[in-house]
Amino acid sequence: MQHPLSGKAVIAGVGHTAFGKLAGRDTVSLNVEAIRNALGDAGIAKDEVDGLYVKAPTSRFEMMYAQKLAEALGLQPRIGGVWDHGGASNISMISMAAMAIDAGQCEVAIVALADNPATGTRQAYEKAWGDDAVFGWFGTPAGYAMVAQRHMQQWGTTSDQLGAVAMACRRHGASNPNAQLRKPLSLDQYRESRLIVEPLRRDDCCLVSDGAAAVIVMSAKRASRLGNTRAVPILGFGQGQTSWDVALRPDLTTTSAAVSAKTAFAMAGLTPADIDVAQIYDCFTICALMTLEDYGFCRKGEGGRFVEGGNIELGGRLPVNTSGGLLSETGMPGLQLVIEGVRQMRGESVNQVRGARRGIVSNQGGIMHTHSTLILGEPA
Amino acid sequence: MSTAAHDDVAFPQPDPNEAGRPFWQALRDGALTFQRCSACGKGWLPARSHCPNCLCPDWTREQASGRARLVSWVVYRMAYHPAFASRLPYTVAVVELEEGPRMISNIVRADPQTLHIDQPLSLVIEDESGTAVPRFVPATGQGA
Repeated sequence: MQHPLSGKAVIAGVGHTAFGKLAGRDTVSLNVEAIRNALGDAGIAKDEVDGLYVKAPTSRFEMMYAQKLAEALGLQPRIGGVWDHGGASNISMISMAAMAIDAGQCEVAIVALADNPATGTRQAYEKAWGDDAVFGWFGTPAGYAMVAQRHMQQWGTTSDQLGAVAMACRRHGASNPNAQLRKPLSLDQYRESRLIVEPLRRDDCCLVSDGAAAVIVMSAKRASRLGNTRAVPILGFGQGQTSWDVALRPDLTTTSAAVSAKTAFAMAGLTPADIDVAQIYDCFTICALMTLEDYGFCRKGEGGRFVEGGNIELGGRLPVNTSGGLLSETGMPGLQLVIEGVRQMRGESVNQVRGARRGIVSNQGGIMHTHSTLILGEPA
Repeated sequence: MSTAAHDDVAFPQPDPNEAGRPFWQALRDGALTFQRCSACGKGWLPARSHCPNCLCPDWTREQASGRARLVSWVVYRMAYHPAFASRLPYTVAVVELEEGPRMISNIVRADPQTLHIDQPLSLVIEDESGTAVPRFVPATGQGA
């Protein structure tokens, strides 16, 4: 049975910038451009907005960032601010906006994200992990490599199966005119890709990208009054926090993505069998593979077999990351996946899954420390 | 700038907070230590002021036996810090001490291709530019 809030809020508009290297642009400027596009897409005036939720830019931490952005937008929001639990923040902020609207705290909310690690600073991605620097424990890829090694050892997952995730995303990204990397990847090319931190190769790692994305959240009633026929209902959402660092995590191959998805499916009154298309956070190939398991699309340990043989490509059992994901469209942490989820429900994707009525989107942060899940339905 | 054995760039040094300082001092004295809660008996690393299980601020410092098992590992093929450029490839691992706490460490004097999960390990403490660094080697013989 659905939760009463299921379907009450919608994503009324989406917008983004170009993706790639956007030299000279700061994150406030990128956010404003994406938000302007999202407002235009929703067909709503800026002054209707009274909620502003923004993810902390990963590339550079700034105090009171949401107020800097509100100033640039000429807004005085009733509610909002910066939320930071990594890449999961985007869907978490969409959830909070939906709840705030239901509670009468605001009526129209912007959720936005901008990052510029490609031409700005990428220091945040390469930092040493505290005192563990004496062991040479540096960089984000190593954390995911540690998880991937355990998964491969425990469940027999192969490098070629990780490659299947990259190949699916690269195939989808190749036909997306806005994708940063539009080169399909063959298995042979994947196998020749240089090792970064074993067992992960360069082609297991997402892009480093400048860019911004934004979505507009409002009630379904409000969207209907505005005559917005492309508003995509939010059927369910959920969060989960694994919290333990990789070194301390009792089970390296299961995360609170499972908790997050369970909450979201329960809210929507749906099961994985009801989902037609999925946008799964793929900062690293292992992350997408494990999330598919934790979401219940296959059993724990069977993710490797699930992603093989074109099963997650267009025409397969569950098309995943139909705009290319973080591996091919843009490495930005996550909101672009929500936008593609919206496009699929509207029937506007460049890799449209025919007849898709229900879509799921995952966002995660840190080394799978945090997770957020969003289930979307077709416009009313 | 100190001169590391392998490089002419400084080896990264730990910069512990107050709770963490005794951990590194004990290593200089030849002991790998962890904290154990006086109330609930939970053992933990890294150093904290309060037990992460029951939040009790009273704990004791215990010496680990040095016996551990391998949880997972990675092999660096690129250097994120110049001090490690000449050490490539090198192995970083998650190890679980037999007393329970887990930590990041290195596996040394072992071919990474021969490693497997749950492999028994033994502690070795090695000097790096004056810092005593706890590392592990595959255990040999009985009782490993």
